[in-house]
Amino acid sequence: MPESVSLLGPSLGLSAILFTLGVAGVLLRRNAIVLFVCIELMLNAVNLSFVALAQLHGASGQLMVFFVMTVAAAEAAVGLAIILAIFRHKQTVDLQNINLLKG
Amino acid sequence: MTFTPLVWLAVALPLAGFLVNGALALGRPRAKGAVSVVGTGVLLGAFAVSLGVFVELLRTPPHAPLVLSLWSWIPAGRLEVDFAFQVDQLSAVMLLVVTGVGSLIHLFSVGYMREDPGYARYFAYLNLFIVFMLVLVLGASFPVMFIGWEGVGLCSYLLIGFWFTEKANADAGKKAFIMNRIGDFGFLVAMFFLYRAFGTLDFAEVMVRAPSTLEVGGAAVTAITLFLFLGCTGKSAQIPLYTWLPDAMAGPTPVSALIHAATMVTAGVYLVARTNVLFAMAPVSSTIVAGIGALTALFAATIGLKQYDIKKVLAYSTVSQLGYMFLGVGTAVYVSGMFHLVTHAFFKALLFLGSGSVIHAMHHAYHATHAHEDAQDMRNMGGLKRYMPVTFWLMLIATLAIAGIPPFSGFFSKDEILAAAFARGADTPVYYLFYAMGAAAAFLTAFYMARLMALTFLGENRTGERERAHLHEAPGIMTGPLVVLGVLSAIGGVLNLPAFAGGSHLLDHWLEPVTAAASRFVRVEMPHGPAELFLVGGAVAIGAIGLLLGFRATLGRRTLPAREAPADSGLGLVLNRKYYVDELYDAVIVRPTVWLSRVILWRGVDQGVVDGAAVNGTAKLSQGLGWLGSRLQTGQVGVYVVLFLVGALWVLRAVIR
Repeated sequence: MPESVSLLGPSLGLSAILFTLGVAGVLLRRNAIVLFVCIELMLNAVNLSFVALAQLHGASGQLMVFFVMTVAAAEAAVGLAIILAIFRHKQTVDLQNINLLKG
Repeated sequence: MTFTPLVWLAVALPLAGFLVNGALALGRPRAKGAVSVVGTGVLLGAFAVSLGVFVELLRTPPHAPLVLSLWSWIPAGRLEVDFAFQVDQLSAVMLLVVTGVGSLIHLFSVGYMREDPGYARYFAYLNLFIVFMLVLVLGASFPVMFIGWEGVGLCSYLLIGFWFTEKANADAGKKAFIMNRIGDFGFLVAMFFLYRAFGTLDFAEVMVRAPSTLEVGGAAVTAITLFLFLGCTGKSAQIPLYTWLPDAMAGPTPVSALIHAATMVTAGVYLVARTNVLFAMAPVSSTIVAGIGALTALFAATIGLKQYDIKKVLAYSTVSQLGYMFLGVGTAVYVSGMFHLVTHAFFKALLFLGSGSVIHAMHHAYHATHAHEDAQDMRNMGGLKRYMPVTFWLMLIATLAIAGIPPFSGFFSKDEILAAAFARGADTPVYYLFYAMGAAAAFLTAFYMARLMALTFLGENRTGERERAHLHEAPGIMTGPLVVLGVLSAIGGVLNLPAFAGGSHLLDHWLEPVTAAASRFVRVEMPHGPAELFLVGGAVAIGAIGLLLGFRATLGRRTLPAREAPADSGLGLVLNRKYYVDELYDAVIVRPTVWLSRVILWRGVDQGVVDGAAVNGTAKLSQGLGWLGSRLQTGQVGVYVVLFLVGALWVLRAVIR
C-alpha cells in the first residue's frame, strides 16, 4: 500500500507538533484545567504515532492505543475529581497558589 | 585406681551447692536452715571425695600424674586443650587443704553469719569459690588452671564487697579485682610464650619436654617464669601488687580466713610448685622470686607492727608469710614452700577465725549498748582472755606456731625455708641476704603477734563499762572448727618432720615424683650437724625473743582506747600508714590514669571524637545534605515538570546514543 506508507512521515510530524504543544502548555500555563487538557494532548499525540507506526510493526501498536485511551479515561476521571476537590478547598485552580509540598 | 576418676565430684558438689544456694538467695533468702545444710554439706562431701582420692594415692602412688579428661574444650587447629583434671601428689595435698580448711570455715560461717540478711548469698559465693579453687588446683593445663585463677578472683571480689552498701567495701573489692587483673596479664603472656615454645599447654607434657626444648637459663624460660611470677605477685599479694590484700579485709572475717589467708592467695605458690621444672631451669627468675619473697616478708612484717585493726595485722602477716613461701620456692625447695603453705593454712585460718570470734563478741557488745566504737580496733579490746578463754588458748597456739616456736607446725616449715636459703648462700651469696631478711622478718612476726595477743587478750579491758557485761565466748559451731584448726596448727609439723626431730620428711618423699625433674637442675644440700643445730637454735631464739619483747613492750605501756589514744608520730606514723605506698600508687598510677581516662579518653576521645565527630557528625552531615535537597522541593508543579522533562530528555539521549 504505497499511499499509506507516504502518510507515515506527516503523521509522525503532526504527532511531534501536538506533543510539543502539549509540553509547552504544561510548562507555561497555570490553570490546572488547561494543564490537564495539555496532558491529554500529549497522550493523543503519542497515540497518533502508535497508530502510524503500526503499519510497519504490526497490530501491537494499535492495541497499545486502546490501553492508553482506557488509562486516559480513568486518569481524566481521577484528575478532574482532584481538581474539583482542590477548587472546593482553595476557591482557585491556579497552580501557583498550590505549593503545599514544598520542602 | 577406681576412686580417683570420681575426683570431678569434688568440683561438682560445691557447684551444685552454689546453684541451690544461689537459687535460694534469689527466691527464699530466709531459708537459712536449708542454706546451712546445703552449703556445708557439699563441702564435707567434697572433703570426703578428696580424702578418698588421697587414700588411694597413698596406697598406689603413681609415678606420672593421672590426667582425667572430661571433654574437649578448645579444639582449635594445632591447639588442643581438654577440660581435664590432673591428680598427682601435689594436687592431692591442695585438695585436702582446700576442702578440709574450707569445710571448717563453712561451719564457722554458720555461726558467724547467722544474723546476716545476705546469708544465702554468702554461702552461694563461698561454694562458688571452692568450685573455682578446686578447678585451679586440679586443672591439667594452664588454660584450665586459668579458669580457676580468674574464678577465684571473681569470688574474692564478690566476697570482699559482700557488704557493698558501704562504698569503702565496694572500693576494696574493685581494688582487689584490678590488682589481680594486672597479675593475670602476666599469666596470659606466659601462656603465649609457652605455646610458642611447646605447641601445647598441658602441664604434664610441658614439664616432660621442658628440659629438652628450652635452654637452661635461656631467655625463653626466664621470660616465661618471670611472667608467671607476675601473675603470682597479683594473686599472692607480693611486692609490688600486695596492696589489695590488706584492703580485702573489708569482707566478712571467715572469707578473709578462707580466701585471703588459707587458699586463694597461696595459688601463686602452688603455681610455682606446679611448674617447678621451669623455675629450676631459670636461676635468674628463681633468685628474683626468692628476693621478692624475702623483701615482702620483711616489708609487710614491719607494717604489721603498727596496725591497730586486728584483721589488718593478720593481713600484713599473711602477706609476710606468703613472702616466706616464695622465698622457699625461689630457693628451689618447692616442698618446703608447700609445707609452709599447708601449715600456714592451718594457723592463719585459726588466727583469722579467732579474730572473727573476737570481732563477733565485740560487735555484739557494742550492738547491745548502741555504741559506735570500732569493733576491730585492738585498742578497744584488752583482757578478753577472761571472757573468751577458748578463743584465747587456741589463738595462742596459732601465735606460737607462726612465731616459730617448736614443736608447733610453723616452726618446722619456716625453719626449713630459712635453712635452705642459708644453704643456697654457699653457691649464690645473695641468698645469705635473703636469709638475713627472712630471719629479721621472723623476729618481727613474733613481735607483732605478741603485740596482737597482748592488746587483745591481756591487760585490762578497754571495751567500756557497760559493754563489758555483753562480752561472751562464741557458740559451739564457731569454736568447734577452731579446736580442729588448733590441733592441726599444733601438730601440723609431723607432715614433714625433719631428721633431727626424729621424723623422716614425709612430705618430701610424698612430693618427690612432682619435684624430681626440678632437682636435676637445682639441688639444695640442706645443712647438717653443727650448722643445722645453729640455724635451728637461732630460729627458736629469734622467735622466743621476739615474743618476749613483744609481750613486754605492749604490756609495759598503758594502752588507751581508740577514742582517747593520741595520734602516732614519727616512724610509728609511717608504719601505721603503711609507708604511704597506697598514697604513692594513688599519686603515680591511679590519679594519672583517672586524669587520662577522664580528660583525654572520656572528654576528648569519647565525647569529642566518637560522640561529636563520628555519631553527631554523621547526623549533622545527613541533615545538611537533606537541607540542600529540600531546596529542590519548591512545591511548584512547573519546576517539577521542567526537571522531569530535562531528565527524560537526558535519558532519551543516553538511550539513543
